[in-house]
Amino acid sequence: MRELFTADAGPALINITLLAILFIVAIAIARLRSLFAIVMLSGVYSLVSAAWYIAVDAVDVGYTEAAVGAGMSTAVLLGAMLLTARTAKPEKPLKRLGPFIICGATAVMLIYASVDLPGLGDPNSPANTGAGMTYMHVNWYDMGIPNVVTSVLASYRGFDTMGETVVVFVAGLAVAMLLGFGERSLAETLRSNKKKGGKGKGGDAS
Amino acid sequence: MVEFILERAGYWAIIGLMMIGLYIAFSAENLIKRLVGLSIFQTTICLFYVSLGKVEGGTAPILLPDDMGDAHGAGHAAASGADALVAASGERFADLHHIYSNPLPHVLMLTAIVVGVATLSLGLALIVRIREAYGTIEADEVRDIDMQTALAQELEVEKDTKEVSA
Repeated sequence: MRELFTADAGPALINITLLAILFIVAIAIARLRSLFAIVMLSGVYSLVSAAWYIAVDAVDVGYTEAAVGAGMSTAVLLGAMLLTARTAKPEKPLKRLGPFIICGATAVMLIYASVDLPGLGDPNSPANTGAGMTYMHVNWYDMGIPNVVTSVLASYRGFDTMGETVVVFVAGLAVAMLLGFGERSLAETLRSNKKKGGKGKGGDAS
Repeated sequence: MVEFILERAGYWAIIGLMMIGLYIAFSAENLIKRLVGLSIFQTTICLFYVSLGKVEGGTAPILLPDDMGDAHGAGHAAASGADALVAASGERFADLHHIYSNPLPHVLMLTAIVVGVATLSLGLALIVRIREAYGTIEADEVRDIDMQTALAQELEVEKDTKEVSA
C-alpha cells in the first residue's frame, strides 16, 4: 500500500488506468456482434496496449505495436471483413458454458503458478540477471549504438530476425497463393450468379 | 501480504485479459471474431513477457549519454580507441550509471508481434477462401454443410453399389 503514496504513484495510476481500459475493450469485444465494431475495438486494444508497453519501458515494442498491431492488422482485418460478412451470429447461451469453465480453470492454474513468479520489477529476478542485462553492459563496446534493443535485434540475434523475415515472406506468399492475383472478382461474379438460396444468411456482403 | 499481492496484481490482471482472449477464441462461432480473440491473447502474452523484463526504477533500454560517453571520450568514432581500451582492461564490460529495463524480452516480443501479424493475415486469407467455398464464416454452419455433403456422398455410394449388384 505504501507504494501508492510515493513518487511512484503516477506510473502506478497510469498502469491501472491502461489495464482498466484494456479490460473494458476486451469485454466489449467478447460481447459485441457487429464485426466492424469488433475490428475497430481490436485496433483500440492494440493502441492502448502500445501505451502500456511504453509505461513499462518497452518503447520499441510500443511503436511496433502501434504501427503493426493497431495500424496494419486493423487494415487487414477490415479488408477480410469487407470480403466476408458484417455481423456475427448470436451465440447460443448453452455454448458459452464450456469455454467459460475451461478459461476459468486455466486462469486459476495460471494464478496459482504466478505466486512463484518474482515480483513485478524485481531487479534480482532470473530474467533480469541473465543475458539481457549483459547486453546492456557490453553493447557500447561492441556496437556503439545507444539503443540496445536495436543492436540485440539486428546484431546479437540477427539470425533470429532473419528467420522472422523468412516467416513474414512465407506468410505473404501463402496469402498471395490463397487469394490469387485478381481472379477473385471473376469467381465472385460467377458465384453470385448461381448463389444457393438460404445458405447466404451470414455472408451477404457482396 | 499486501506487498506480495500488489507485486503480483499486474500479472493477475494480464492473466485476466489473456483469459478473455482465450474465451473469445473458444466461444465465438464467427471465424473473424475468433481470430480477433486470438490476437488479443497474443498481445497479452507480449504484455506478460515485457512486464517480466521491467526493472523497478529503470528506464527504457537506450543508453543515456553518461553511460556511453565515459568509456572512450569522443563516442565510438575512433573504433581503434575502443579496441585499445578493451584490450587494456581485458574485458568489454561497462559499468552503468543508470538503471535500465531488460532489453531481451523487448527484442523477443518485437519478433512475436511481427510474426503474429503474418499469421493473422494468413488466417484471414483462409477465412476469405472458406467464405468463397461455403458462403458463410460461421464455424457451426460450415460444419453442418460438411456433414450434409458427407451424408449425400454416402447415399450416392450406397445407390451406386445397389445398382451394380442389381
